Amino acid sequence: MDIQSCVEVRNEWDIVSARQLGRNMAKELGFGNVDQARITTAISELARNIYLYAGRGKICIEPIDQLGRKGLRIVALDNGPGIREIRKVMEDGYTTSGGLGAGLPGVKRLMDEFSIESTVDVGTEISATKWLR
Amino acid sequence: MGVQEKLDNLIVQMINENQETLKNNWLKEVKLFKEKELVGTTLKFSEETDQQFFSMLIKHINFHDISKDGTLDDFFDQVLHTGLPLSYLTQGLQAARRVVLNLLVETENDKEKVAAVYREIDRWLDPILNRVVENSSQIWERTVSVQKTALLELSAPLIPVFKNISVMPLIGSIDTERAKLIMENLLNGVIKYRSEVVLIDITGVPVVDTMVAHHIIQAADAVRLLGSTCILVGIRPEIAQTIVSLGIDLSLFPTKSTLQKGMENALEITNQQLISNK
Repeated sequence: MDIQSCVEVRNEWDIVSARQLGRNMAKELGFGNVDQARITTAISELARNIYLYAGRGKICIEPIDQLGRKGLRIVALDNGPGIREIRKVMEDGYTTSGGLGAGLPGVKRLMDEFSIESTVDVGTEISATKWLR
Repeated sequence: MGVQEKLDNLIVQMINENQETLKNNWLKEVKLFKEKELVGTTLKFSEETDQQFFSMLIKHINFHDISKDGTLDDFFDQVLHTGLPLSYLTQGLQAARRVVLNLLVETENDKEKVAAVYREIDRWLDPILNRVVENSSQIWERTVSVQKTALLELSAPLIPVFKNISVMPLIGSIDTERAKLIMENLLNGVIKYRSEVVLIDITGVPVVDTMVAHHIIQAADAVRLLGSTCILVGIRPEIAQTIVSLGIDLSLFPTKSTLQKGMENALEITNQQLISNK
């Protein structure tokens, strides 16, 4: 299963399509209600970050299979301004946009694995995985 | 100018003389396309439309400014409103170009003349093509803007239910524009209906992320400033779990699992009671 689907994020409606894609794939893979909600919420946060801070980018969602262990991976890519202080961004309550500042740390808690790579003025790549239990 | 007119005449003459052949070839091409792409439309109706389409094209060889002729717009409108796809029109135009060019290549040996007539064909068909695209995109834009307005009207109603108690049921995704509307309607409604308690029902909201939560918290806070109480109801178990995982603090105002429980609570706050007649 190497099917990867991507959604371009340019406006708020694209966030909804990214979410939809994630929900459908999570359902197909057999995730339960709660995990589906976790996955869609995580996608929503990542897509909104792209829309708010980078302006445009894309969300890719792929099913993964590692030695029989199944799961779903979300990759958020953008060529935006990048994140200067990754450690701060991962703290609860830190925000530069007047929001709640719970987005990225929240995604980390919603998912099982989380990694973030960002270079200032080049872009950001965030990848988050949820395993099927 | 003289040369230009002569060429104009050449193409008009050529098309007029061979109208039947062109028409048959064109109909054949269109039929091929329709068999491949348009399954399910009534064939009789479509054939009538084909005939009309072709005579429309022929008629416009003589027009250079097609915007002056309303019948073309009417025809496009009619086609698009009956649900025939835009591709029917664009493919039809491309087929017309093909059949005319084929005939030209077959009958004319003078290369320069062929090139000149080729340009003439562009001058004949391109404005029509532009018109088609313009018309259909206008129709879409109109539809989208009407639906947007309709959606906004549905987006955040505040309903007075009992004395001093109002409910705002939210269904569907919440974006920035809608969040603004929720806040406005909530505050205006609280004043207008003298609501002491407002219930915000999020049963129909598919995803509560930090942005949605943030807007709800702000709205509830604003309601509190007006001296009223906001109760958040309709929190499904999976939403409750994601809210906790996100680390969102909703402890500032009361929450209830269902609208019914929220309503009982609201009646209590406003010192009212539902009494059964029996």
